[in-house]
Amino acid sequence: MSSGEFISPDLMPAMPELILACGAMALLMLGVFRGDQSTRLVTLLSVGLMIVAGGFVLAQGDARVETFSGSFVVDAFSHYAKILILLGSSVILLMARDYQRRENMERFEFPVLVLLATLGMLMMVSANDLIALYMGLELQSLALYVIAAFKRDSERSTEAGLKYFVLGALASGILLYGASLIYGFAGTTNFTALASLMGAAETSIGLIFGLVFLAAGLAFKISAVPFHMWTPDVYEGAPTPVTALFASAPKVAAMALFIRVLMGPMPGLSGEWQQIIVFLSIASMVLGAVAAIGQSNIKRLMAYSSIGHMGFALVGLAAGTPEGIQGVLIYMAIYVAMNFGVFGCILAMRDKQGMLENINDLAGLGRTNPMMALALALLMFSLAGIPPLAGFFAKFYVFLAAIQAGLYALAVIGVLASVVGAFYYLRIIKIMYFDAPADAIEAPMSGELRLVVGASALFTLFFFLYPAPILSVAEHAATALF
Amino acid sequence: MIVQALAFYLFAAVTVAAAFMVIVARNPVHSVLFLILTFFNAAGLFVLIGAEFLAMILVVVYVGAVAVLFLFVVMMLDIDFVELRQGFLQYVPIGAVIGLILVAELILVIGANSAGDASAAGSALSSSFPPVSEVSNTDALGRLIYTEYAYLFEAAGMVLLVAMIGAIVLTLRQRPGVRKQNISAQVSRRREDGVELRDVKPGQGI
Repeated sequence: MSSGEFISPDLMPAMPELILACGAMALLMLGVFRGDQSTRLVTLLSVGLMIVAGGFVLAQGDARVETFSGSFVVDAFSHYAKILILLGSSVILLMARDYQRRENMERFEFPVLVLLATLGMLMMVSANDLIALYMGLELQSLALYVIAAFKRDSERSTEAGLKYFVLGALASGILLYGASLIYGFAGTTNFTALASLMGAAETSIGLIFGLVFLAAGLAFKISAVPFHMWTPDVYEGAPTPVTALFASAPKVAAMALFIRVLMGPMPGLSGEWQQIIVFLSIASMVLGAVAAIGQSNIKRLMAYSSIGHMGFALVGLAAGTPEGIQGVLIYMAIYVAMNFGVFGCILAMRDKQGMLENINDLAGLGRTNPMMALALALLMFSLAGIPPLAGFFAKFYVFLAAIQAGLYALAVIGVLASVVGAFYYLRIIKIMYFDAPADAIEAPMSGELRLVVGASALFTLFFFLYPAPILSVAEHAATALF
Repeated sequence: MIVQALAFYLFAAVTVAAAFMVIVARNPVHSVLFLILTFFNAAGLFVLIGAEFLAMILVVVYVGAVAVLFLFVVMMLDIDFVELRQGFLQYVPIGAVIGLILVAELILVIGANSAGDASAAGSALSSSFPPVSEVSNTDALGRLIYTEYAYLFEAAGMVLLVAMIGAIVLTLRQRPGVRKQNISAQVSRRREDGVELRDVKPGQGI
């Protein structure tokens, strides 16, 4: 190909990413010249940028468009995931403001790094090429390693950052090994070309090896068992808003990437990868339910809870049907919404000395702060999956898809695991309402936190009245992959 | 042909021997020097297969930057490597198992490859690659990176930007009360600000 024939790529599909990339660099300059007193301004502008990017995502049509020589793709599926990711990151940035003020973490690099991590997540969701997948994943992970260690004077935060970095680098290495095997045996990194190749020819053992390594690397990013070891330590050590971020947007991005990799180029191999997903799903659900019982730190508990929830979401992926993918997408939306509320409450747990993280610090909250206790109780019931709250419907759709796909054992184990898991969610409610009050939590919540917790609680409470919009959007997104 | 074969065996043998010395040398500085020797010979191997650009990059980046950085770190930090290796033997069994698994996988993969599955691989290779016989490596890479792979190239730039911000965020500390050089103040200083003429009378102090 001589340079004369080159047609410059269509930039419109990548507009949200371009806005975030250029905006992040501009805000970085603003921060560098204005110093740390510009943190609030940079935070608000970052949120504004995400909203603008979200507007561009919504403005794009539903048709599948490929650009950049086929390495970047937008379709209804990527739109759904991108809106969820942008929502997750921007809400977390707003929730973090109060914490940053109080904990001396007001540095302008924080919103800029969150912005760059979000850019990486959007690139992951739109990846249509193994190299694009890896670049997006690395951009996201690298930014997250840094913000995990953002409180660099705190030993726990630096430990969390280092642990996340070392284990994340190992997972990236495994993923790259898998990608190189796939490239070596298929001769292409493009998902579309891979799909046609796998539909046609007998799949070689090398491709299956590559697929296994790729799945292992991605399972690390969604912290599915047995690649979950980093999660509790990192969630506990990282500053609380960062933990809230870890539990929302990156999970959506990694799950969407997982779905795209398995449904896009690998549908011909579904017999092979289904076993892997079923194993990951069962192990995550069981470990998430059992290991959380003994925890006394609420951030650690939420880490095990997120492992369990990823297991439930994987049930839908294991089904591998449009209904299953729809179930996963609904699950992720509801999970992110519940997480906002729970982490909003955790951010409000503090006394004069600083942040509180022990579950027993919640004792008697039902009397000292009834509104917060009510919201947290609702969210805990929803996380446990008690009808008619939103968390029940999330589980309902993935289990329904699993049963329709004939995965009865998986569905039964899932239901049992959610019964066991309900124990530790209900224990928190018991501590809040039936234990003698501990030292009262100083809880004039900031306006943003109150808004987020309230909205999250109302969403989980009233989801069942009008679920149609989310259901239809998720269905539309899921069918785009088939 | 025979010269090429001889050169290959020379480079390959020295690469393997030097790589072995990296892990058995007692003195860490010697380890790093052997590592540099390994890199040089690997660069020679790249030249032999016609990848001259990769060879140059290997020398410039790995020998020029990475290995020298290693050398600095090893020389500046006083690490007792003998002590570090104390617990080494207890990890040998698990390391051996993992190594064996990887070897078994490689054999399986290579076996499958030579059995004829590779036919699919060649056909799907993108036709947009410039013909190797006509243009040099550097030319071909340049044509691809800024056209086909422009998106990935820019993405790599963003990853490096994050790495840079991260390094600054985690290590830069602004200490108050440090005197810094202020060049504009130095340059704009006039003679009258710094020199004062006093008329000193003989036999008296100031």
